[in-house]
Amino acid sequence: MSEISSANGELRIGVYVCHCGLNIAGTIDCEAVARFAEGLADVVISRDNQYLCSEPGQQLIQDDIREHHLNRVVVASCSPRLHEPTFRRVCSESGLNPYLMEMANLREQCSWVHTNQPREATEKAKDLVKMAVSRARKLQPQEELKVPIIKSTLVIGGGVAGIQAALDLADSGYQVYLVEKKPSVGGIMAQLDKTFPTMDCSI
Amino acid sequence: MLTLSEVKSISGYVGNFNVKVVKKARLVDEKECTACGDCTRECPVVKPDEFDMGLSSRKAIYLPFPQAVPSAYVINREECLGSNPIICGKCIKLCKKGCIDFDMKDEEIEFKVGTIVVATGVDVYDPSEMDEYGYTRYENVITSMEFERLINAGGPTKGDIIRLTDRKVPQSIAFIQCVGSRSVDKGGTYCSNICCMNTVKDTLMLKEHYPEMDVKVFYVDIRAFGKGFEDLFKRSKGEGVRYIRGLPGQIKEDPHTRNLVLSVENTATNKLLEHEVEMVVLSLGVKPCEDIKETQEMLALQRTSDGFYLEAHPKLQPVDSATKGIFFAGCTESPKDIKDSVTQASASAARAMRLMNSGEITVEAITAEVIKDKCEFCGICVRVCPYNAITMDKDNKIPAQVTQAACSGCGTCAAECPTNAISMRHFTDSQIEGQIDSLLEEKPAEKVLVFACNWCSYAGADFAGVSRLQYPSNARLIRTMCSGRVDKKFIWRAFEKGAPVVLVSGCHFGDCHYIDANHWTKKRVDKVWKKMKKLGIRPERLQLEWISAAEGIRFSNVMKRMEELRADVTPEEIEDTRKILQESN
Repeated sequence: MSEISSANGELRIGVYVCHCGLNIAGTIDCEAVARFAEGLADVVISRDNQYLCSEPGQQLIQDDIREHHLNRVVVASCSPRLHEPTFRRVCSESGLNPYLMEMANLREQCSWVHTNQPREATEKAKDLVKMAVSRARKLQPQEELKVPIIKSTLVIGGGVAGIQAALDLADSGYQVYLVEKKPSVGGIMAQLDKTFPTMDCSI
Repeated sequence: MLTLSEVKSISGYVGNFNVKVVKKARLVDEKECTACGDCTRECPVVKPDEFDMGLSSRKAIYLPFPQAVPSAYVINREECLGSNPIICGKCIKLCKKGCIDFDMKDEEIEFKVGTIVVATGVDVYDPSEMDEYGYTRYENVITSMEFERLINAGGPTKGDIIRLTDRKVPQSIAFIQCVGSRSVDKGGTYCSNICCMNTVKDTLMLKEHYPEMDVKVFYVDIRAFGKGFEDLFKRSKGEGVRYIRGLPGQIKEDPHTRNLVLSVENTATNKLLEHEVEMVVLSLGVKPCEDIKETQEMLALQRTSDGFYLEAHPKLQPVDSATKGIFFAGCTESPKDIKDSVTQASASAARAMRLMNSGEITVEAITAEVIKDKCEFCGICVRVCPYNAITMDKDNKIPAQVTQAACSGCGTCAAECPTNAISMRHFTDSQIEGQIDSLLEEKPAEKVLVFACNWCSYAGADFAGVSRLQYPSNARLIRTMCSGRVDKKFIWRAFEKGAPVVLVSGCHFGDCHYIDANHWTKKRVDKVWKKMKKLGIRPERLQLEWISAAEGIRFSNVMKRMEELRADVTPEEIEDTRKILQESN
């Protein structure tokens, strides 16, 4: 497999360290982390920013991708479980394959869990960025597969929630299978007399 | 609509789930039955009516409740004496339409769906274990569910609140809040959300029916936070209902009057008082439904320590599960009232529609690919794949092939392949090795290397972060989709590069997002431990832990323990290991 690179075959990595207000910057010296990343091989630009997930933050990355011909992006911010889709979109909107973006988790797995150890947390953050950069070097563009989705839903449970979900889906034209263990739908709500806050009947 | 039915198995993935449902034999044709009720007339079996909380009786052939849907009778097979005319079979003769069919069999129904909404609800707490309130001993202590049936015009007393001992309307009544809620030893530790307002509603209904009745409510806090709730609470107080802050320590019964004496410390005035009332209502909390574990395992979902389902994100994806295409509605996710249940149900319906609307979904590009010329036809990948997504023809020497739509990207095949013939897109060997190498490039002896699976352990680490749990700062996580991806060679490489300790972490057995891929993780780690022993490397330096997405505390504790283990490893030991491994290569 050949690695995607610029015309002359070099890797061009951009590193972005997010402050997340004070969530990260309150503990970690983000500027120092960004400066450290600058010194890593193949990193052509490294910045720190208040909120990378905000509009201006996203714009900054997109402008850099175009201007500096970045072919890898490392975002050091929160958990990829939260914002990986965001930053993948940021990349693909500016023409970079979204799988060429890598994240380092500086918030959930660093600043928030080492709050009283700013020096150690900053050292760890540098390590996490370094690991992300080395992974980024090896990333390959990927094409996502599209598979058909069956337009029907299984609703397990025929209480008030199950009934409501089933009706909304069925009214919108989707086939619904509502499965209820008991001989009748209705659940606990059917057993109630009046219900708050309207004081009207449950059935 | 499938009633009297249970989901038996679910396989597949978002967009294409295969569902098997068992529809139990109702023994009454639900389409033909007109609910005339003739069939029950001569049924000799009399049983407590569950719908009325046992306060009335029903027959073995019965309509669950008047407004039941489907509006059809049902025969309880365990209670029914049977169709043999010598023994019984009376209902068959009485049904003029001939709807009753004792030959009806349980039916297995199979179908495919694109999305799933889990709305399995809750069970009401059983107060029998709270002996101090004497629910099992004193007949005039009833539950809030029994109260609902009594005050219901269609209930066993046609809406009269009566004492069970003398069938008289009580002159005084006390409600006790938080029964089965907010307690460390009995019931749940959480607030059940609905009981305060349910009691406020009950008191208003009592005052409407019996304006003179003395109504007291013993509470810890009254939580009337929703729209219109505070108004109702004020109305209740305005009607003369007394709210007393403090829960009774115990209830005693006067054996003559069958009245109840409550000893209560009023925590607002710090006075210990006794209150005598004619009837007590225990305001019950709710708990996760009895069979939640079965559904959880079938769908590989996660639950919090309270036992309710864990959502993908508490604020931004409150009705999504971590597994794509599965959504939550109602109390199964947490206790909630009708309005919130309906809101959440509509939200989950909308989330499901959002996925299905376009007719196709994109699958993350993290699937397995076979490097054909490296395949030596051993077939291990075919055996370990939890999805049967790999095929191979050994006899004709056709290399392994991966069905991309069926592969979920756990990476077990890649980790098990002895010839490195399988590459995981976006989680390649070289990418992971790159992370290991750069982590151990400087001061390796100070680091704790952790392999964490995306769904459970990595999410557990994130949860520790969200909970601000502090742990030693030398832990460094490498994320893989599943612990099944962690190849033996990654572990050996780490030790060779000077790692003092290595942790492999994944989902608990039964929770694995790739069916049972983590069983292979366990087998593999066992093998590495064995070899470590043989080579003279302390096996304790490699740890295996199962940490769920909800176990932030467990994650931080494991990190503390890993640091203790690390501190025990001397530089000489690390150096020895490096030499041993270099020589054995």
